[in-house]
Amino acid sequence: MKVLYFAWLRQKIGVAEEEITPPESVRDVAGLIDFLAARSPGHAAAFANRAVVRCAVNQDFAAPDAPVRAGDEVAFFPPVTGG
Amino acid sequence: MARVVVQEAPFDVGAELAALTAGRADVGGIGLFVGTVRDTAQGRPITAMTLEHYPGMTERALAAIVAEAQARWPLAGCTVIHRVGRLTPGEGIVLVAAASAHRQAALEATAFLIDWLKTKAPFWKHEEFAEGGGQWVEARAEDDRAASRWAG
Repeated sequence: MKVLYFAWLRQKIGVAEEEITPPESVRDVAGLIDFLAARSPGHAAAFANRAVVRCAVNQDFAAPDAPVRAGDEVAFFPPVTGG
Repeated sequence: MARVVVQEAPFDVGAELAALTAGRADVGGIGLFVGTVRDTAQGRPITAMTLEHYPGMTERALAAIVAEAQARWPLAGCTVIHRVGRLTPGEGIVLVAAASAHRQAALEATAFLIDWLKTKAPFWKHEEFAEGGGQWVEARAEDDRAASRWAG
C-alpha cells in the first residue's frame, strides 16, 4: 500500500510517501490511521488531531469508515486551501 | 469543451479568453474569476505563497468539478488554470472562465467553479512572512458555506 502525505502532515512525518504493509486487522481509513500513528513520533504528531486530517483513497476523498486494501494509494492531508 | 491545466508558469488572461471563444459565434457572455496573491495574511506582511498539490488527484478533481458545471449550465466552454509552486504578491494563482449564450449561466458557472474548486480540489497554500517563518493556510468555514450553496 502506498501512503502519501501533503502539506503539514508531510512536514511532521518527514517523508512525502512510504510503502507500507499494514496488518490484516487494518480494514478502513480509521484503522490505518491508528496503525500509522504508532510508527514514529512524527506520525503521532501528524495524526494527533484527526479532526483536521482529510483522506483520499485511490485519489477520491474518503471518510474514516472507507475500506482500504493492499495495493491502494492512500493520501492524508489537511483540509484543502486552493483557489 | 473544457481546458483544465495545473502549471507553474503564469497565465495570460487575455490569451485564455481569446482561446475560450475562438471560432465560436454562439457565445453571448464570459464569466471570469482571477485569484491573486495578497501581500498580507491576517494583517501580517507576506513575501511569498507556495502552492502544493496532489498530482493525479488534482486533475481528476478539477475534471469532475468542470463536468458538474457543464451538467448544470449550458456552457459553450470553460477554462480552469491553477498555478502551483512559489508565487509572490500580485501574481495570479487561479483563473476560472465560463462561456455561455447568456450572462446568467456564465456568471453562475464561474462562481460555482471557484467555490467548488476551493473546497474539493487538493491544493494547499503555505505563506512566508516578511518577518520570517511561515504557516500553512487554514481552511475557512466561509469557503465551505460558499460551496454548500451549490449543493443538490
